[in-house]
Amino acid sequence: MRYQNDYPMNMNLSAIPLRTPMVIERLVGERAFRRRLMELGFLPGVEVEVLGVAPFGDPLDIAIRGCRFSLRSAEAACILVRSAAAAHLQSA
Amino acid sequence: MSTPSPLPSPASQPVRIALAGNPNTGKTSVFNRLTGASARVGNYAGVTVEREIGLWTLPSRTVEVMDVPGAYSLAARSAEEQVAIRTVFGLDPGEPRPALVVVVIDATQLVRNLYFAMQLIEARVPVVLALNLMDVARAQGTAPNPERVADILGVPVVPVSAHTGEGMKALASAVERVLVQPDEGRSVVPWRYPKALQADVDTLAGMVTAWSPEEAKAMGRWALLSIDVEDELVDVPEHVRTAVAQIRSKAESEGRDIDTELIGSRYSWLDLQDFGIAANRPDAGLTLTHRIDAWLLHPFFGALTFLFAMGALFQALFSWSDPAIGAIEQLFSWVGMQVQAALPEGLLNDFLVQGVLNGMGSVLVFLPQILLLFFLLGFLEDCGYMARVAFIVDRGMKSLGLHGRAFVPMLSGYACAVPAIMATRTLERQRDRLLTMMVVPLMSCSARLPVYTLIISALFLPDTKILGFLPAPGFMMVFMYVFSTLMALIAAAVLGRTLLKGPKVPLLLELPPYRLPRLATVLRQMWMRARTFLTEAGTTILVCTIVLWGLLAFPRHPVLSEDYAAQRSALPATETEALAHIDAAERAEILERSYGGRLGKQIEPLIAPLGFDWKIGVGLVGAFAAREVFVSTMGVVYGIGDAVDESSTPLRERIRDERRPDGTPVYTPLVGLSLMVFFALSAQCMSTLAVVRRESHSWRWPIFLFTYMTVLAWVASFAVYQGGKLLGL
Repeated sequence: MRYQNDYPMNMNLSAIPLRTPMVIERLVGERAFRRRLMELGFLPGVEVEVLGVAPFGDPLDIAIRGCRFSLRSAEAACILVRSAAAAHLQSA
Repeated sequence: MSTPSPLPSPASQPVRIALAGNPNTGKTSVFNRLTGASARVGNYAGVTVEREIGLWTLPSRTVEVMDVPGAYSLAARSAEEQVAIRTVFGLDPGEPRPALVVVVIDATQLVRNLYFAMQLIEARVPVVLALNLMDVARAQGTAPNPERVADILGVPVVPVSAHTGEGMKALASAVERVLVQPDEGRSVVPWRYPKALQADVDTLAGMVTAWSPEEAKAMGRWALLSIDVEDELVDVPEHVRTAVAQIRSKAESEGRDIDTELIGSRYSWLDLQDFGIAANRPDAGLTLTHRIDAWLLHPFFGALTFLFAMGALFQALFSWSDPAIGAIEQLFSWVGMQVQAALPEGLLNDFLVQGVLNGMGSVLVFLPQILLLFFLLGFLEDCGYMARVAFIVDRGMKSLGLHGRAFVPMLSGYACAVPAIMATRTLERQRDRLLTMMVVPLMSCSARLPVYTLIISALFLPDTKILGFLPAPGFMMVFMYVFSTLMALIAAAVLGRTLLKGPKVPLLLELPPYRLPRLATVLRQMWMRARTFLTEAGTTILVCTIVLWGLLAFPRHPVLSEDYAAQRSALPATETEALAHIDAAERAEILERSYGGRLGKQIEPLIAPLGFDWKIGVGLVGAFAAREVFVSTMGVVYGIGDAVDESSTPLRERIRDERRPDGTPVYTPLVGLSLMVFFALSAQCMSTLAVVRRESHSWRWPIFLFTYMTVLAWVASFAVYQGGKLLGL
């Protein structure tokens, strides 16, 4: 059963409230950066969460696979995500 | 992709092995454990990436260990990132191919670290995996089972801890076994790629016939991931480029994404393996890091801690190093006096004391700040706070086109540009390093302070009020610091958009867990930096000091306008003051007639529009040794002697009283401002230029730095002086 249509497909990581676990749907944007992200383990199906924001509003503090990376929100927008709850429903 | 050199044979030359791995894995600490004091810093051919080589004594032989720069992958976009693959395959001419690669793995980040190791295993490079930080992983309850990891990957795995020294013997014997039996470090690759991708890789592998089939395929995968139209790779044959472009566009038309296929296949295999990590254990270390970050990255308290930490760093650099600097200066002046007294008066005496000893002193005087800065940098880097600094300042630095990591070097520039420029090594990209190096010398360093103090105290009296209420001296001092900071920021923004325009690089910064720094590692890195400074930049500084001494000391016996000896003998020995006056007048005239003095006169037409006379010109020539030397040079020029400092009352009065031939004062507040602006902006510091040469590995950048800063200083002083005159100041 797919619940995909119940969730907006254009959700990206820069627009997600803090401390909300999400699942990576796919990566868009410039190839070199996408490749770098993937090599760090940012791959479809992996859980990702925005933990915080730097004092001046950018960049973001992102947790993935037990490590933390900092990305600017312009680039975090290249990470399309869906809610982690939806992922559970899908796998069910 | 040239022919790989064969594996080295056991000859007199020690066998080379490489040490590679992700950043933040404690690779440097492992390297230090293995090689101790034998490490030497060098440079990779063609790129300004530093490399360290040291000797490691194994039970039966000694091997040469080469530290490969930390990387998350072998795939590369730039010549600098390409260093990893070039080193591992021994592609640089004249460099032996490593007999094996020790991959340092952060046991707390197993999967991401194994992603790197997989690329070496695929290429059939013999490897030994060192599972570092095992003590931390155990404490966290996230420790993998080393035997499991070894079974799954089919290569030797040794649990180690560079912190405690655990596992170093086992690592040595594993390395020895693989050196004797390279196949023990190789394995039959257990992961698979999609059929279409395999076909693409085979196409590329066919183009590098000189390699073994597995190596050629690994190179093919590397090429597919690394090459595109915008890469800055070197030595990639045109036909390989064309082939990669064709394969990629064909894949695209079929709706395949090669990057996802390649990287995804590796990770999906990794994610399916059971490395024996206890699942769902409370992650103690990580939660501690989270708890610390709740404060250190807090919008308010985080900013406060940041300001406090940076303030402490600056304070340390600016004032804690002072006693040591003073001691070095005193030591050299004491030794100088002893030598001066021991040797007969003459050229050799002057050369040794004022040239050589003075030069050595001006090199060593930088040591306290260099040692302190690199100690603090090493500490911040190792404990994990440096990444947070970059995180916090990224927003502001980005708008200047600078990397967040450039913040600490820029801040250090207020103390001294020399250690600050050396600190640009913490930046990864050459373009970021160069841009930082080009603007750091604009920060008002501590050597400008005596010049500002002298001019302000001589020309801006406290009862003068700016805007009716601000006391002039304090206002001027603050103004100079604000001015120099603004100019540095503007220069960064301009250079970053023009000459040093680089591709926009997205921020992708790991925020590593907080860890206790290892003192031995920090101290060793600090000492290596200091040693490089002494041996490389130090020699240039020494030579420049001697040349400058020569400029001001020759010709030896110029024809003087007055017979000072006769004047002296006409006076009784009791007239000490009058005698000293004659001596000083004689020294002033000797300086005036020296090559440096003539140079000062010759540049007078150039500096006259700035409001400077030739005497200031001589001061500017002398200040090239170090800016604060301006004060003592002016002391000699004005016949007061060189034993003056910025608080010398006779020098201040002399400056106030100095008249032009037409009777008008030389120094008006406007001239003072023009002179301070000139000092703020000009590259009056040979040590800075010497260090830029050392760090950029070329003469181009120090020459550019000198030219642009001098032109900028001239134009700004011209604008100040001429503008001020127009306004009737």
